[in-house]
Amino acid sequence: MCLAIPGKIVEINDDEHGVRMARANFGGIVKQVCLEYTPEARAGNYVLVHVGFALGVVDEAEAAQTYQALKNMDQLGELAYPQPEAAAAAVTTS
Amino acid sequence: MKYLDEYRDESLAKSILAEIRRLVTRPWVLMEVCGGQTHSIVKYGIDRLLPDEIELVHGPGCPVCVTALEMIDKAHAIARQPDVIFCSFGDMLRVPGSDGDLLTLKSRGADIRVLYSPIDCLKIARANPDKKVVFFAIGFETTAPANAMSVFQAHKQGLMNYSILVSHVLVPPAMAAILQSPQNRVQGFLGPGHVCAVMGYEEYEPIAAQFHVPIVITGFEPLDLLQGTLMALRQLEAGRAEVENQYPRVVRREGNRSAQQLVSEVFEVCDRKWRGVGSIPNSGYRLRREFREHDAERIFAVRQIDTRESDICISGEILRGIRKPHDCPAFGTLCTPDHPLGATMVSAEGACAAYFAYGRHLAAERIAAQAREEAVLS
Repeated sequence: MCLAIPGKIVEINDDEHGVRMARANFGGIVKQVCLEYTPEARAGNYVLVHVGFALGVVDEAEAAQTYQALKNMDQLGELAYPQPEAAAAAVTTS
Repeated sequence: MKYLDEYRDESLAKSILAEIRRLVTRPWVLMEVCGGQTHSIVKYGIDRLLPDEIELVHGPGCPVCVTALEMIDKAHAIARQPDVIFCSFGDMLRVPGSDGDLLTLKSRGADIRVLYSPIDCLKIARANPDKKVVFFAIGFETTAPANAMSVFQAHKQGLMNYSILVSHVLVPPAMAAILQSPQNRVQGFLGPGHVCAVMGYEEYEPIAAQFHVPIVITGFEPLDLLQGTLMALRQLEAGRAEVENQYPRVVRREGNRSAQQLVSEVFEVCDRKWRGVGSIPNSGYRLRREFREHDAERIFAVRQIDTRESDICISGEILRGIRKPHDCPAFGTLCTPDHPLGATMVSAEGACAAYFAYGRHLAAERIAAQAREEAVLS
């Protein structure tokens, strides 16, 4: 029910009653989205959309940082816990 | 899709799991609050990937599940009226009331329409001035801005034939109710990411402090859920109880102020009855007096409906994290998504329905059959 997915704003246009709307692309499917709660959203931004309403603009910098933190953990993990093949290779060469 | 696919990376999931295994020293019980998170956890088998010490219990965050049976019966009574176009999110269609579901009513000729967004109601109301258009406004704080905007715009545009049947619920009072229970097992929470996209997480800070539980606002993808678990575990192992944000790409501490403003202009907080749980003080929204002309409960004055829940169903305990679907004798046998006995089976996001959808009732049957076989052999 609280499903919300990121869509990329293609074009912003007010409807005939002055409600701020946009067309947003969700992995190839284009749908109408209401932007009344995201006055800062611009064409090209990703917005998080729930039941036809953008609830926020996805923060690209934060997304990159979260992902980088996970990547760093992945690399540290490889150093701290050698892969079984690497460990086996280390045994046979010693 | 961007911002979804990268959070499903298997190799990264393995490294978070390795870190969780390295850190954990004793058993902990975590609750994911939101039904969408429950669904993801069961779909990806995240609870089974975690070490045995970490138990995930499933929270009350499925608005379809916790909508009181009386409210569903009220919706049906309104939908049956000949001058009504009754609109709803698709999730609500198959939820049985005391006498069938909305789909059955539709097959009997009621004008029932499934909508993607409540804003679409305005077009229907404009095109059908001789009909009363009613939207079944259920949901948590995530959905409140959309439902509020539909009423606000209808009022502004003079669409007086539009009303909503409000059954809104709020997360923080439910979390507090769970923690206050003497039977409570929950030691930390994965907080509801999309609720907090709207509301922010300031209101969770007093809960974390008062009950000394870590609350990690968490997203919905597998890596989000694993990272949220890791962050909660770090706090638990260190004896900390803070609100942390795993989901900063979407959630800011203050939330979406313009959404909050319109929601509080249209709705006010009220007590709300949760299916399976009972009434929780200050845990819902109702329309403010200024918008009473759009309040379906007032317009249709449906009389108080008496309903009766199943005696076997343990959904109330499941919603509070005290028991799991497998603990119920009716799970997967008497109670299935086609014939749900209670709250946690009525919607795909309910814990019982998610367990059923991903074959866990079969696992339960295998274990039961094995036990029977062993009993015969011994």
